[in-house]
Amino acid sequence: MGKQPAAVVGIGQTHHRAKRQDVSMAGLCREAIDRALLDANLTLHDIDAIVVGKAPDLFEGVMMPELFLAESLGAAGKPLLRVHTAGSVGGSTAIVAASLVQSGVHKRVLTVAYEKQSESNAMWALSVPLPFNMPVHAGAGGYFAPHVRSYIRRSGAPTHVGAIVAAKDRNNALKNPYAHLHNEGTTVESVLASTMLWDPIRYDETCPSSDGACALVIVDEDTAKASPNPAWIHGTVMRSESTSAAERDQVNPQASRDAAAYLWKQAGITDPFEEIDAAEIYVPFSWFEPMWLESLGFAGEGEGWQLTESGETAMTGRLPVNCSGGVLSSNPIGASGMLRFGEAALQVRGAAGEHQVDGARRALGHAYGGGSQFFAMWVVGSEKPTS
Amino acid sequence: MRDVAVVGFAQQQLPDFDGSPTCVEMLVPILAECYEQTGWTRRDVGFWCSGSSDYLAGRSFSFVQAVDAIGVTPPVNESHVEMDLAWAMYEAWIKIQTGEVDTALVYAFGKSSAGVLRRTLALQLDPYTMTPLWPDTVSLAGLQARAGIDAGAWDERAMAEVAQRSLTDAEQNEHSIRKGGSSVEELLARPMYADPLRKHDCAPVTDGVAALVLAAGDRARAVRDRPAWIGGLSHFVDASSIANRDLTRSPSAANAAAAVDLAGVEVAELHAPFSHQELILRRELGLADDVRINPSGGALTSNPMFSGGGIRIGETARRIWSGEISKGVGHATSGAALQQNLLCVLDSSTGKDGL
Amino acid sequence: MTRTLSAPVTVAFDYTRSTGPVLGRFLTGLRDGVVVAGRTSDGEVVVPPLEYDPVTHEQTTDFVEVADTGTVTSWTWVPEPVAGQPFDRPFAFALVTLDGATKPLFHAVDVASPDQISTGMRVRVRWAEERVGHINDLLCLEPAADRDEAADGVAGEGRARPRLRDEAATELSRPGESDADGGDGPEPVTGVVTPVSLDYVYAASPEESTFYRGLDEGRILGQRCPSCQKVYVPPRSACPTDGTPTEGEIELSGLGTITTFCIVNVPFLGQKIEPPYVSAYVLLDGADIALLHLILGVPADEVRMGMRVKAVWKPREEWAYSLENIDHFAPTGDPDADYDTYKRHL
Repeated sequence: MGKQPAAVVGIGQTHHRAKRQDVSMAGLCREAIDRALLDANLTLHDIDAIVVGKAPDLFEGVMMPELFLAESLGAAGKPLLRVHTAGSVGGSTAIVAASLVQSGVHKRVLTVAYEKQSESNAMWALSVPLPFNMPVHAGAGGYFAPHVRSYIRRSGAPTHVGAIVAAKDRNNALKNPYAHLHNEGTTVESVLASTMLWDPIRYDETCPSSDGACALVIVDEDTAKASPNPAWIHGTVMRSESTSAAERDQVNPQASRDAAAYLWKQAGITDPFEEIDAAEIYVPFSWFEPMWLESLGFAGEGEGWQLTESGETAMTGRLPVNCSGGVLSSNPIGASGMLRFGEAALQVRGAAGEHQVDGARRALGHAYGGGSQFFAMWVVGSEKPTS
Repeated sequence: MRDVAVVGFAQQQLPDFDGSPTCVEMLVPILAECYEQTGWTRRDVGFWCSGSSDYLAGRSFSFVQAVDAIGVTPPVNESHVEMDLAWAMYEAWIKIQTGEVDTALVYAFGKSSAGVLRRTLALQLDPYTMTPLWPDTVSLAGLQARAGIDAGAWDERAMAEVAQRSLTDAEQNEHSIRKGGSSVEELLARPMYADPLRKHDCAPVTDGVAALVLAAGDRARAVRDRPAWIGGLSHFVDASSIANRDLTRSPSAANAAAAVDLAGVEVAELHAPFSHQELILRRELGLADDVRINPSGGALTSNPMFSGGGIRIGETARRIWSGEISKGVGHATSGAALQQNLLCVLDSSTGKDGL
Repeated sequence: MTRTLSAPVTVAFDYTRSTGPVLGRFLTGLRDGVVVAGRTSDGEVVVPPLEYDPVTHEQTTDFVEVADTGTVTSWTWVPEPVAGQPFDRPFAFALVTLDGATKPLFHAVDVASPDQISTGMRVRVRWAEERVGHINDLLCLEPAADRDEAADGVAGEGRARPRLRDEAATELSRPGESDADGGDGPEPVTGVVTPVSLDYVYAASPEESTFYRGLDEGRILGQRCPSCQKVYVPPRSACPTDGTPTEGEIELSGLGTITTFCIVNVPFLGQKIEPPYVSAYVLLDGADIALLHLILGVPADEVRMGMRVKAVWKPREEWAYSLENIDHFAPTGDPDADYDTYKRHL
């Protein structure tokens, strides 16, 4: 017996902000959940199982918070799972939720991912000093900046390409009412003029730290019939490698390339650049757009920056990337991957509002985590998959 | 549903592991043991899933380094749950059910001794109104034990009987870190610790790792003559608040029991870190008096966090492989006072092959 | 010699929690000296109120005040309190159903021995004198007769006053934020600070311990993977390519090449090094993996990929089991390494 068809019929997210001091953790999750259920025309009573995802527990200082949240999330009396795969967790969580339906075990699954970063300080939580070690890293930016430098060296990309990405995503975010950053008037020049934080990464090229949540309702074929516009899941993939193996390619990791190849094959896609209508790619630092474009097979090795520079990844281009504003505009870490997956689904449902890509039929949702080592991706489509 | 079996199981348990909180050193040999049992290499494994907790290790992303133990070049199809091994196994079983893979290896690790375990676990409670009081695990279990005693659901003697049987059975289990039965009377004569609990009513702090190997259909038959087929796998969660629950019951355990077929179970390995919790579980599962409970000695004699539940499944599987039993159930719990429960029914027959 | 090196580490943060309206209502009540419960759709009166109804899943909106006296419904003795608990000497934790509530509250009861508490016993809340909207405003419960006895000067022998551990926390609790606070009464509580401080003993793996012991002797020790032959520094409990522990002892010279780097200009909590500084991957000669370290002795904007560097050690008397024994890496002045020699390490 193969995979059962599964579709996203409900998508909800919070208004992401630096500090959502008006809500508790449960309130934050319920804001996304209630929107997703309303969208799906279902209630918590209709849900068979709940899958929760979030990044490190140190962010909120609660060990396995899904336990204390169980009742508020409507999970009491139901099966509850908690996924944690670092930054890719939002994507992995959606994939686990989808697999509960694809396996035929459940019919209606709710999944929610969140982070309430204002409860602590992400830089602290990610850089708690360990004895014997040398604390030279400075959070995620300090970790990724050297690899961005490697990409620039390898590809020969002009140094303003990162600023193009940042300006594009920040302007896209103006069309997304849920986005954390609504920075009017961001231009390539203004990004280039912003403070250099982790050279070569500038302030405006980094993601914010956000409070936020995202929820999806994923259902079986029968239930999906009641939806006017289900987003069918055409393929899912998770791949992992080590943080630090000798001679590991840290710019274009093999796990990423392997995951993409497997995903495209599953979804019956031979030329992703031509066949994908919108992509939501996990870009926490601007340069990761061209880096992932290459790794995902949208562009050849060393050519990703050309797609960005030529405007092909803008909303008006042939491969609109991060029409929602992406991670650069909203980053509740645990939810960021699920937001990519959910935004991809919004596109193929024709429900993305002002940031809708006209006629989008197939879209990519992408997340990565750890030291560019954990990958989670899916392809969703407006049509039910044929195979 | 596809027929999926447990075909491999390895474990390591210590009172005080002196190595790193990522437990990579302990994982390497138990993964090797899994390969030896199955005749596989890591490339035969279609899906990996691990279970662990950052707060147990005292650092973010403690699971990240653990994948090194696999050897992840080329990259692997892998996931992680902030849950016990039993739920990692559940995710793997689901993955096999989708048809995407035929085999899986799941592992879990935890170095409980790195911190003060009963205090660390206070972080699992409501962070606004409970954790600031730092309710330790033993105290929460004590409230539960008292509630049952007051309600007449069990008494101290029944708890001591559980401890006596567990300590006696543990003598046959090389992995148990507390063992040695005496008599119920002798146990009852020992001093109270956290009244109404005596020390032998509480699981010892244990470090450890464990792994389970799953395979579907013919892949399972190729590994073992008597694979331990998963006849039912179900889990549920209850509300967290210990104040609003009937502490003498565990609805999630009862829900899980109702979703599987426990008829004919010969052995039940119950993940009960406190003696009275076994009594609750026996009732919720409706186990007959002739069901052998925790022949391994159970969690009361050794309870490595994040693998303690999965080990119950492995211990049950072992008895099926050996021919000792034909049907058994492994149970895992998580959260305070039996909040979340999973049952895995294992059978020597798939129910389809007419055996 | 022990097999591994270990050292204490404390993971601590004062978490700033926003409470939302339901828990905020409860904590506001505590600040004002009343216990606020929530009524559920099936008529239960619950303390603290549930944020969401267990049946309808709607947010709780029906609040009732209950008494600060009640009855013990279950209890346990705490013989060895852990840090942060309401008392630092033995006490009882209990479930107490306050008069007017149908579900119990979890809290501490101040009694000197287990003989002084029993199920069914009447207790009352002992309030903190200064309350800020925190669960610790409710110091504990005490036997209901206690207060009268105390007034008569016959407090039980050995009965200690509680020592509140989280005073710092309660001081930090913030009232509701209001930009234009023209009102008289205190604002409702919307946030609470809950310190979480956990002490761990962190142990290095045996392979890492070899490395740190080497550093204590001024040596940089790597090990080789017996499967792929790559040299790892620090050594690893599992070569991430093969899953096999690294072996042997390979001493490295401290000379190496910068593969890639970044200039850290950003200050952050817990940072030990003053920015700006260069954080670089240094591929030591003879190693197959780069080590992350500091580059000094050259202006940050002159650091280059391919630059040859050498380890600069701290004075010997400052050495410990730490990578910090190497103060930093500094340029050797030699010509840069060819890109081809390190491009596989990016």
